[in-house]
Amino acid sequence: MTVLYFAWVRQKIGRGEEQIALPKTVRTVGELAQHLRALGGGYADAFADMARLRAAVNQDHVGFDAPVTADDEVAFFPPVTGG
Amino acid sequence: MQTRISIQREAFNLDAEVEALGRASGNIGAIATFVGFVRGEDGLDSLTLEHYPAMTEREIARCVAEAQQRWPLLGATVIHRVGKLIAGERIVLVAVAASHRKAAFEVCEFLMDYLKTRAPFWKQEQRGGRTQWVQHRHSDDDAAKRWQH
Repeated sequence: MTVLYFAWVRQKIGRGEEQIALPKTVRTVGELAQHLRALGGGYADAFADMARLRAAVNQDHVGFDAPVTADDEVAFFPPVTGG
Repeated sequence: MQTRISIQREAFNLDAEVEALGRASGNIGAIATFVGFVRGEDGLDSLTLEHYPAMTEREIARCVAEAQQRWPLLGATVIHRVGKLIAGERIVLVAVAASHRKAAFEVCEFLMDYLKTRAPFWKQEQRGGRTQWVQHRHSDDDAAKRWQH
């Protein structure tokens, strides 16, 4: 699975994109976030407060209850601030 | 309907964009434009804009498609700049063409409200060597929610 990070999420984790092997226990965006938080270090910092994060699966905004599969592109980022 | 969406580092030319949009249809009676600037408040020197390239254009296209379903549009142009922008520079252009002004004005505001809450851009501010990510404004969510009915 491809996971992307943007803005301060990217800075805390120290990279903008990575491939990860999806654990069998991870079925939703929220479970993926929990899995990443458990990696510790910058991940623990970036995912410390899930309420501050938003997500997209295959370039669509989704909630943390959305399903994920190994073929998906999942992105984590703060609420958007364009315009 | 003519739709032009561009995510770019370069400045845009308002006159040229309005001119091009004006040729979209012989029935155009109004073009409303919104131009956003980098506000130099509290000693802001510059902004750096980051985005999610694979998603940005798609998301803006979805906003335009939604507007098209709700209003009699004849054309729309959305240009959003990314990269480093100095205070006073233009950052975003929304231009909307319709037969009459009401739809043009409304869609211009609708697109900006949706852009603010859905298009995946993030701003980082630079002030005197310090950098800081801009916080999302809840008033922007409220502005976008007005259109949900």
